[in-house]
Order: sequence, then C-alpha cells, then structure tokens
Amino acid sequence: MVAMKAIEITDLYYAYHNGRYALRGVTLSIMAGEKVALVGPNGAGKSTLLLHLNGILRGRGTVRILGEEIPGHNLPRIRAQVGLVFQDPDDQLFSPSVFDDVAFGPLYAGLPEHEVRRRVAWALAQVGLEGYSERLSHHLSQGEKKRAAIASVLSMEPAILALDEPTSGLDPRARRRLIEFLRQLPQTILCATHDMHLVAEIFPRMVILDEGLVVADGPTQELLDNTSLLEAHGLERPWPYKPQEHGTP
Amino acid sequence: MLFSGLPSSSEPLHIPDGFLNWWVSLICWVLAIVGVGIAIRRSGKTLGERQVPLMGVLAAFIFAAQMLNFTIAGGTSGHFLGAALAAILLGPWAGILTMTTVVAIQALLFQDGGLVVMGANVLNMGVVATLVAYGVYRGVLELLGGKKWGLPAGGFVAAWVSVVTSAVACAVELAFSGTSPLTVALPAMAGIHALIGIGEGLITVGALLFVAAVRRDLLEVTGPAAGGMRWAIVGLAIALGLTLLAPLASPHPDGLERVAEDHGFIETAQGAPYEIIPDYVFPGIPNEALATIVAGLVGTLIVAGVAFTVALARRKAAS
Amino acid sequence: MAGEHLHALDGYRARTSPVHHLDARVKLVLALLFILSAVLTPTGAWPAYILLTALVWSAIILSQVGMGFVQRRTAVVMPFALAAVTVIFTTPGRPVLTVWKFDITDHGLLRLISILLKSWLSIQAAVLLTACTPFPALLQAMSALRIPRVLVVILGFTYRYIFVIGDEALRLIRGRAARSGDLNGKGGGTLLWRARVTGNMAGSLFLRSIERSERVYAAMLARGYDGQIRTLNHPTVRPSELVLMLAGSLLLVLIQLLARLRW
Ligand SMILES: Nc1ncnc2c1ncn2[C@@H]1O[C@H](COP(=O)(O)OP(=O)(O)O)[C@@H](O)[C@H]1O
Ligand SMILES: [Mg+2]
Repeated sequence: MVAMKAIEITDLYYAYHNGRYALRGVTLSIMAGEKVALVGPNGAGKSTLLLHLNGILRGRGTVRILGEEIPGHNLPRIRAQVGLVFQDPDDQLFSPSVFDDVAFGPLYAGLPEHEVRRRVAWALAQVGLEGYSERLSHHLSQGEKKRAAIASVLSMEPAILALDEPTSGLDPRARRRLIEFLRQLPQTILCATHDMHLVAEIFPRMVILDEGLVVADGPTQELLDNTSLLEAHGLERPWPYKPQEHGTP
Repeated sequence: MLFSGLPSSSEPLHIPDGFLNWWVSLICWVLAIVGVGIAIRRSGKTLGERQVPLMGVLAAFIFAAQMLNFTIAGGTSGHFLGAALAAILLGPWAGILTMTTVVAIQALLFQDGGLVVMGANVLNMGVVATLVAYGVYRGVLELLGGKKWGLPAGGFVAAWVSVVTSAVACAVELAFSGTSPLTVALPAMAGIHALIGIGEGLITVGALLFVAAVRRDLLEVTGPAAGGMRWAIVGLAIALGLTLLAPLASPHPDGLERVAEDHGFIETAQGAPYEIIPDYVFPGIPNEALATIVAGLVGTLIVAGVAFTVALARRKAAS
Repeated sequence: MAGEHLHALDGYRARTSPVHHLDARVKLVLALLFILSAVLTPTGAWPAYILLTALVWSAIILSQVGMGFVQRRTAVVMPFALAAVTVIFTTPGRPVLTVWKFDITDHGLLRLISILLKSWLSIQAAVLLTACTPFPALLQAMSALRIPRVLVVILGFTYRYIFVIGDEALRLIRGRAARSGDLNGKGGGTLLWRARVTGNMAGSLFLRSIERSERVYAAMLARGYDGQIRTLNHPTVRPSELVLMLAGSLLLVLIQLLARLRW
C-alpha cells in the first residue's frame, strides 16, 4: 500500500462545558499501518483526543481520517473506519449479551443478516472468545470483557484501532494475553496507556501528551532513554529487562 | 431475604398476580399504556437519540438506589421508591419511562410484582407516583416563589405524597378487586406508607441537595420553567380522582364485583361458558367432591408421570 | 453476604432441559396464559386449581431447576397475603369460627384460599419462566409480541446496567457499613444524619449514572448508532413448538370451562 496518512490532526483545541481546555493545539499525524502509543499523566487529554477520531467530540482545528475531514457528510462511514475501544468495557458492552454487542456495529452499518452473523463469529474468534456469543456481558471476567469490547469494534472491520488504556485493571495473565493479541493485529493503532511495558513491547513510536499538548513524539526506544523527559511528565521507564513471552509475575 | 441490599418486596407496593381481578387489571393496563405511550413519545422528542441509553442506565440507577434502605425507627426500614427523584431530576415523561422500566425489570427478573397485574404496578409506581410527585414539586416551587428552600421542601413533600398516593391507588385496586375491603386496605396501606414516605422524602431531599451542590446544571433542566401551575393541577387532579374513586369501592365489602353482580355485569361477562355447557355436571361425575377427587388423581398421575420420565432420562444420561 | 455481586440474584438457572430449549416466545405466551387462567379461575373451583398445579409442577420437574428453588422464590407474595387476610371476616357468609369479636365466614375462607392459590400458581409460572429463559431471549420474545421496541431496548440496557450500577451501590453500602458498622445504616447518628448519608449515596450514584449514560451513548455513536432501533430478525417459531403452544392454550381453556361448570 502507498504510504498514506491514517490519522492527521492539526491544531486541535477542545474545551469541556466547564470551560477548561483539555486539548490545546494538538498536531499529530500517523501513517497507515503504524502502531503508536499515546502516553501522559492522568488528565493529559488522551481520552479526549481519542474521542475526536470519530467525531464524538468536535473541537476547533481539523481531524482527517484516511484523508477525509471529519465531521464530514459521511460520519457513519468514518465511524466504521475507526474502532474506538473505551477504557471501561462496561461502557462499551451495553447490550445484554455478547452477541448483541459484537453485532451492534455491523447492524448499524446496514449489513445483511448473514454478514452480521459472519462478522460476529469472526470477531469473537479473533479475540479468542469463540462460543461466547450467548454469554451475558455481566458474567464475563474483566479480561474477557476487554476482549469482548475489542471484538465489538473488530466486527466493523475498522482500518484504525483507537484503544483507551486497554491493559488497565487486568491481572497479569489477562494482560499478557491481551498484549500478545494486540501485537499481531494488522490495523493502524493509536493506544492511550500508562502501561510502559506495553509501550516498550509493541509500539515502535510514542507520543507524550501533557496538559493538552504534544510534548514529545518519536521512536519509543529514544524517548524511553530520556529519563528527564519521562520524569517531567510523570512517566516511568519500564523495568530494564526484556519481558519474557510467558511467566511474567 | 438474601441480604439487606436486596430490593425486597417488604415494601408492599408491588402487587403480585392473583390479587387483582381481571377487569381491574385490564383497566389498569389501559391507563398504564396510555400514560407510558405518551411518556415514550414526549421523552423521545426531548431526548432524541439519547433516550435509549439515558433511560436504560437511569432505570438501573433507580433500581440500585432502591437497595439503599436505611432504618427509620425500630425495625422499620425506609424503602426507597424513587419516583419523585426520577420525576424531579428527569422531568415527568422521562420519569414515567424510567419508573416503568424499573417496575418491569422487577417483575420479569425478580417476580417482585406480577405479570398480568403489571399494568397496575406500572400505573401506581410509574405513572401515578411520577405525575403526582412532579405536580406537587412544581406546585410547591410555585407557592414558594423561588425561595432557596424550595428544592428541599418541594422534594420532600413530592416524595411523601407520591408514595402515599401510590399506596392509595394500590388499596383502591385491591378493594375494587374484592381482595381487601377499602376500610381495611386504605388505612393500612396509607398508614404504612405515610411512615415509609418520610424515609422516601428524606432520601430524596438528600439526593437532590447533593446533586444541587455538585452539578447544579442537571437540576436546571427541570428548573423553574413555564407551566409549573399546570403540572400542579395535573398532580392534584390525579390525587383527587383517586379520592373520589375510594368511596365507590368502600360501601361494598365484596368490592365492585358485588356491585357488578348486583347489576348483572358478571352474568353477562361470565354467561357464555355457562350456556355453552348446559346445566349438567361433568359427564359421569355426580358432584363437586367427586370432581375434585378425580382432578386430584389426574393431577397426581400427570406429575408422577413427568417426574418418572425425567428421572429415567437422567439415569440414562448419567450411565 | 456483602461480598456478593448483584448477579447472584439473577433468577436464571442454566440447564439443558426441554423447557429451556423451548422458544422464548412460546414460553412467554404460555406463562401469560397460565397466569391469566389462574386469575380467572372462580373462587372454590378446586378441580381447576388442582389441574393448574399439576401443569405447573410438571413443567417445573421437566425444567430441572428444582422444586425447592421455585418455592423459595414464591415467598415474595407474603406481604400481600397479609393484605388479603381480612376477606375472611368481611365476606358475607355463614360464620364458621369467631376470632375475638370477628366472625370468619365460610365464603370468606374460600375466597382467601382461592386468592392465595391464584397468586401461588401465578408466581410459580413466573419464576419458572425467568429460571428457564435467558433475559435477552425474553426481550426478543417481548418484541416479537409487539411490545414497543424502544421499551424493549431500554429494558435491555437496564438489565445490563443494574449489575454494573447495583455493584456500585453495594460498594457504597459497604463503605457506609465500614464507617457505621451496619449494613442497614442503623448504627450511629440521628435519623436525619442517616437519611442524609443515604441521600448523598443516592445523589452520587445518580451523578455516576448520568456520566455512565453519557459514555455509553458515546460508545453507541462510535459504532454507528443513529437513533433508529435495529435488531436482527427472529427465526420463525418451529411448527412443533407452535403446536405445543396451541395445545397448551387449548388445555388452559378447557380447564377454564371445567372450572365454570355448575357443580
Ligand atoms: N466529561 C468531562 N467534563 C468535564 N471535564 C472533563 C470531562 N472529561 C474529561 N475532562 C477533563 O479534561 C481533561 C482531560 O481529560 P482526559 O482526556 O480524560 O485525560 P486522560 O485520558 O489523559 O486521563 C481533564 O482535566 C479532565 O478533568
Ligand atoms: Mg483517559
């Protein structure tokens, strides 16, 4: 594929109702197929930024997805291009059963029934939840919920995945599974996270956001070596060993 | 009960099936459907696409809030209905929809309230309680003319009146059904709920003050707007209507069924089967006692047969 | 006890029984007709009550959810049983027993027993329906029976979030218990103080729920929600199940006719 900009954000400002600016001139562009980590302290504006990627929040400045400006006249189609996975899976899994949740995106994309069913089966298989479709969301473990939430956007076959703290609240084994899973995804990924192990392991590029501004953007390895930069923005360097494939504590 | 947090039916407002007769249930269904139908349309208009997630989550909130009981005095627990809180925070239409959802979930999931009488429960706790609460709240606000304590005063009175009105509606329905004479049901239900209503009022005010302190903007949604007096009149009219219904049911210890019988309604309503099957007893069965015995035998045979079959199938599956 | 999650209260009992397998629409219709039939059965029509009991017990046994489980959950009607007790005094009839100054009449007694039987039969059917039907299937059945879809979808959301928000409420209750040493908010403070603490809990739960609803709404929008309600079509009811439904309905009608014979 020709190198194409998957996400192009220029000079984005956003203020919540209380008047405080959560984003203060963010400029960022991500090529198709890139995997980028978005890090920064709590309240830096990471979630706010992700919500702009499919027009749920609309700030001042421009946001282009796959070359198209949003919000444009084809918002629904753009929304299907960006799979936004919320931090709390209880927000994302709003249907009584796993099937209903994973089917929601395809259904609203207007796909025919057999295609909806095929997508659901495929997405659940992707996240290793085959046979879960009749399960009730509130009976899932936290790790299963996270994976079901990811399946609920994979079923839309998005070109871009925007993940909000995917590993938060997971026990080590569930976290490990999720990391291995994210590693093999083909999509363009922008992932907000505090999990520096995750960043070091699967994201070659890292963007540091603080107080609504991009304060650093570069190769992960380089930024992680810059201890003073990390400290200035409340980040920690991951433990200096390469995590094993299995057997993390 | 399983644990104290269970939204239990010790607050006797959720009528189970069997306690209302068919025509009282039917009338309640009709009234409830009208009320809920208007509520769906009106709240859909103001909430738009938000209607589904907002109503769904807030009904879950009311359900959860009902677990927050606290002790009033002695062994009495202050149970929370939430209709007034819903009405004040969300407005009457969204309030009705929310409470209706709560009542339906309680019946479908926890058998708290029956299915065939669900119309009555929706009417009492969803439609009547919410409209009366909202009317009273707006009325009090009007009377106090924007005084600072309008919110707590209005909230308390609205909550108390809504619970008591709900209970009165329940008593009237029981009386019309001939299940419990009004002379007993009304004082008992109204009495208990006059007490429960105090707890309801206190919790409602606590919640309103908390919301006012943290997110004033959410209260302003239903804040001083036009039509306050109109709502007050609606609330008053419902309360008045119930009061007027009460004496209709009271002079007849047997409930309206007796009135209906006296006037020949019941005969017309139930005449058909009597005529289809002429005036003879079940073929070959001379009297009632024998019929009962035969039914008992048949019933036992059926149950025993099923139990035997299931046991057999289970043993086969096990081996 | 307090460590429990709310979903421990879910009345569904997963089994592989013929009753569980039956189409939810058929179950819902039969349960409603059964309850209607119980409600319509006249006072004192014992053969009908016996046959209805045999029907619901057969279904309970067939479902393998356990007779004890069903009977325990029928206890919720108790407060109303108390409300109905007075009919034994107030129904005109031949006095059979005098308690203090009041006469219990024969008709009153018959009426009370009949009311309790109706209610007991009905609630067994409702408990069984819930125990054998996953709630999503029940919702689908409701929309197939022409209940407004908005209402059905809202019910689905509520079902999903009573467990989430209910668990939040339990955490609040536990927090209060940790401070006052009692789950009912009994200990410590005046009535007004206790009420205020509980009110604050309700208030903060409300704010969290409002915020939750906003995030849920955003999550829906992110997946293309446009305010329309869309669901997949339900498969048609299998002919054999349709026959079962008709047979069941017919049986209930027959029992009603039997109940109305002049004995
Ligand atoms: N719904 C909201 N209303 C008002 N302020 C908000 C809201 N959501 C987030 N904020 C504020 O916006 C800023 C950025 O928040 P957020 O994007 O959630 O940060 P992050 O995800 O990096 O932790 C914070 O100061 C936060 O308090
Ligand atoms: Mg965040």
